[in-house]
Amino acid sequence: MRNYAFLILLFSSISSISQNCDNTLSGTVTDLHDGSLLIGATLIVAGTEQAVQTDFDGKFIIPNLCNGTYSIQVSHPYCLTKGFTVKISGNTTKSFKLEHHLEELNQITVEGKAYSIKSKTILENTISKEELERFSSGSLGDALNSLSGVSSLNTGNTVIKPLINGLHSSRVVIINNGVRMEDQEWGAEHAPSIDINSVGNLTLIKGAGALQYSGDAVGGVIVVEASKVPVKDSLYGKTQFAAASNGRGSSLTSQLTKSNQNGWYASVQGTLKRFGDFEAPDYVLSNTGIFERNASLNVGLNRFDYGIEAYYSLFKNEIGILRASHVGGAQDQIRAINSDRPLIIDDFTYQINAPRQNVTHHLARIKGFKRFENLGKLSLQYDFQRNNRLEFDIRRGANKDNASVDLQLDTHTLLLDLDSHLTDIITLKTGVTAKYQNNFADPTTGVRRLIPDYDKYDLGIYAVADYRLNDQWLFEVGGRIDYTSMDVFKFYRTSFWEARNYDNLFPEIVVQVLDNQVLTNPQLNFYNGSGTLGATYSFGADYKLFVNYSIASRAPNPSELFSEGLHHSASRIELGDLSFNSEIGHKASLTFQRDNDIFSFSINPYVNTISDFIVIEPTEIQQTVRGNFQVWEYRQTNAQLLGVDVDASYAFAENLKFTHQFSLVKGYDRTRDEPLISLPPVNTQNEIVYQNPQFKNIRLSLQSEYNFRQNEYPNNNFEVFIPETQTMEVVDLSTPTDAYHLFNFNSSIDFRATEKAILTVGFKITNLLNTSYRNYLNRLRYYADDLGRNFLLNFKINY
Amino acid sequence: MKKVKFLSTVVLATLLFTACSKDDDNPEPVNEEEVLTTMTVTLTPQAGGTPIMLQTKDLDGDGPNAPEVTVSGNLTVGAIYNGVIVLLNETVSPPENITEEVEEEAKDHQFFYTIGSGLDVTTEPSNFDGDGNPLGTEFTLTATTASSGTLTFTLRHLPTKPNTGLGDAGGETDIAATFNVTVQ
Repeated sequence: MRNYAFLILLFSSISSISQNCDNTLSGTVTDLHDGSLLIGATLIVAGTEQAVQTDFDGKFIIPNLCNGTYSIQVSHPYCLTKGFTVKISGNTTKSFKLEHHLEELNQITVEGKAYSIKSKTILENTISKEELERFSSGSLGDALNSLSGVSSLNTGNTVIKPLINGLHSSRVVIINNGVRMEDQEWGAEHAPSIDINSVGNLTLIKGAGALQYSGDAVGGVIVVEASKVPVKDSLYGKTQFAAASNGRGSSLTSQLTKSNQNGWYASVQGTLKRFGDFEAPDYVLSNTGIFERNASLNVGLNRFDYGIEAYYSLFKNEIGILRASHVGGAQDQIRAINSDRPLIIDDFTYQINAPRQNVTHHLARIKGFKRFENLGKLSLQYDFQRNNRLEFDIRRGANKDNASVDLQLDTHTLLLDLDSHLTDIITLKTGVTAKYQNNFADPTTGVRRLIPDYDKYDLGIYAVADYRLNDQWLFEVGGRIDYTSMDVFKFYRTSFWEARNYDNLFPEIVVQVLDNQVLTNPQLNFYNGSGTLGATYSFGADYKLFVNYSIASRAPNPSELFSEGLHHSASRIELGDLSFNSEIGHKASLTFQRDNDIFSFSINPYVNTISDFIVIEPTEIQQTVRGNFQVWEYRQTNAQLLGVDVDASYAFAENLKFTHQFSLVKGYDRTRDEPLISLPPVNTQNEIVYQNPQFKNIRLSLQSEYNFRQNEYPNNNFEVFIPETQTMEVVDLSTPTDAYHLFNFNSSIDFRATEKAILTVGFKITNLLNTSYRNYLNRLRYYADDLGRNFLLNFKINY
Repeated sequence: MKKVKFLSTVVLATLLFTACSKDDDNPEPVNEEEVLTTMTVTLTPQAGGTPIMLQTKDLDGDGPNAPEVTVSGNLTVGAIYNGVIVLLNETVSPPENITEEVEEEAKDHQFFYTIGSGLDVTTEPSNFDGDGNPLGTEFTLTATTASSGTLTFTLRHLPTKPNTGLGDAGGETDIAATFNVTVQ
């Protein structure tokens, strides 16, 4: 690019023929991306070799120009130098735009700034690439867990579902490279289908403020983005290998990117991860292995004012579910709960047997954008996702190797977004979304469909504006309307259909009456409105106050509407309700932040009031020939969650830092006046980090993680008859686990392997003291302890 | 701009129209293949006479209806009975006999008989798996003295074999059915 500019300069110097030469050229130099003024940009006029710089307002004046055509080279320390041809006729004004990118892409100096801000009046939490790399052999949920206010709902140690301020599943929206993940996220035992190694930047927005993505994020939004590719000639890559003692496995991930000065780029990435049975301090957690294979490809053209990008990713994961957690009924549950050790402990193996999950997720996206002078940046995106979920249970006879659940979810989405700077101080984001989704449940499983076949149509429209009043105040306001329509084919058991009185309530939806089932065709429509209103006030040198109020509306998901039958993996009967309406959450949050090199902190209290909150809770015991099962029914109630998240860091010395995190959330069912189930207990993380960039960037850290006992919980215990003892015994599903304290050690050091390559070696020990503990939010806590000590060795080479 | 708008409208419309024109084929029903709806225990007196039937039947499987439990009569003091357990899935027609599957996978299954405190009977499995461990779909029952109480049949899938009873058998419960029985 620079050479090109010089060429123009050379050739065009001829055109400056002396005539009336007292014209001026004036104007501004701005950043092409956000319109901000560039201070100190240098403009050199070819031929005359005049040079001027822009002032504090980004303005310049070049005097003594003749009428004619000039070539002007504009440069700025943080931008790509660009040549412009300008025709002078009298006093001329002209504004130049530079791509303000070079500095931002340099991740070491300005980490994280290459990614745009998603919500301006809610404090965003981000996880940098460097931090993410430490979780290379773990999962996305593990990395998110390191943020305050985020915990996870686990099924064993491999299915890790993020919980934001106490809310999870359909209430947490995950955006993967601009695409909303559609992967049967409603199930508590379904983890997000994202390879942590493909993530360049991870942003968390606690609340529904980011309306450009969705209006139903009652809990929050997680935005996952791939690393940005610079516009310069380069070929670079990274390979990371991690090995862990617990699970006796390893993961290998590699990424290669080719970028060009002309804007074209291509990036390819792949991960292979395999672990055998994990271990608790005292025993093997049989059948908890994992085998993950992922790949992604990204090709695009990024020019100053237009671009196009195609992205494809494949995520394939096979996960073993703790063998001892598969129980037949209430009697079995008692045996399992009363035993200190899991009832089934086998020798270590890499083999993954039933019960297990097999998930394949394809994601393809094509996106184009163009910047228009007076309009802004217009982007159009189409994406397609295919999610296939197979769940294998312990079965008998010819069905032994057949899946019990076989669901295929296809989603097509079209997004049209416009980002415009209406004036210097007002920006407006608007857009429309159209989505079509089809779910197909394969009937050959021989098990009644967990989720019925359906077609779903969504149409959404949003607008978010922000207004910068002055250096102190920024206001944000936004609204979004979503329309959802579902066309469902659902088989109900006749007995359930009648017991629920659906035969009188919804006789019109019956399509066909079979021996013991009824085929129905529910057609449901939901209109949801959501909005956000907030302000940011900056004061002093380091202080900021974020105030935000947002409303989110979420249509009930298929599992809340249509569940009806035994959920094998949970060993309980789950019943949905066809007549549910949307739940509406009102969240008010306040963040007080101090951002300083020595002492930083943020305090974030919030209140989330949710009407028609959909909860599932036990209602009765049902007898079947197989034994007794607890029945869990979904119902709507009014709920309220209150909490506070605190982050703080203090630098004692140049290389020594202390960080602190504290999260508290309390949730209540306001209708019944009792606590909500599965809320994270109070927890605090404290870490001392020593990092010395002067000496091989050595980094040592010791972390303490303390989880209190959850003292507020609903009592869902029930009694069951035990024939052996002829007594009624309590099945204790409610009592939370005890508090626990874990220590983790983490270290890394950089070596210069060759002139261009840097080798980073990391060594980490988690659960340093090999503490036996059970996590209240682990659904398998009834059956086994959590993970024991783990030694991890990590090699990363950047080239 | 206009072009983009137009294009997006076209794409959107195509998407919606293709999506709407779905065929009207109804999905196939799934009849649960592994549901056990009915367990019948037939106790035939070795000395001859009317067999006693203990039955539990739950035609909607794990649906809301409770199983119907019937006991056809009382046991006679001193009599020895040959017991046979038959498991059926009656949600399909003709009903599927699950006992055959259980017997084919004899090593992976075992029936246990739990006698409630008031009842004075003894039981003994009379069929075995390939390793000589009890399977128990067939058994003998001796009605010792006049008494009454519960008799529970439990089928465990993948139990530890051999075992000394339900306490150390492990595995998962496939069936647990309790009958009130009287010996007179």
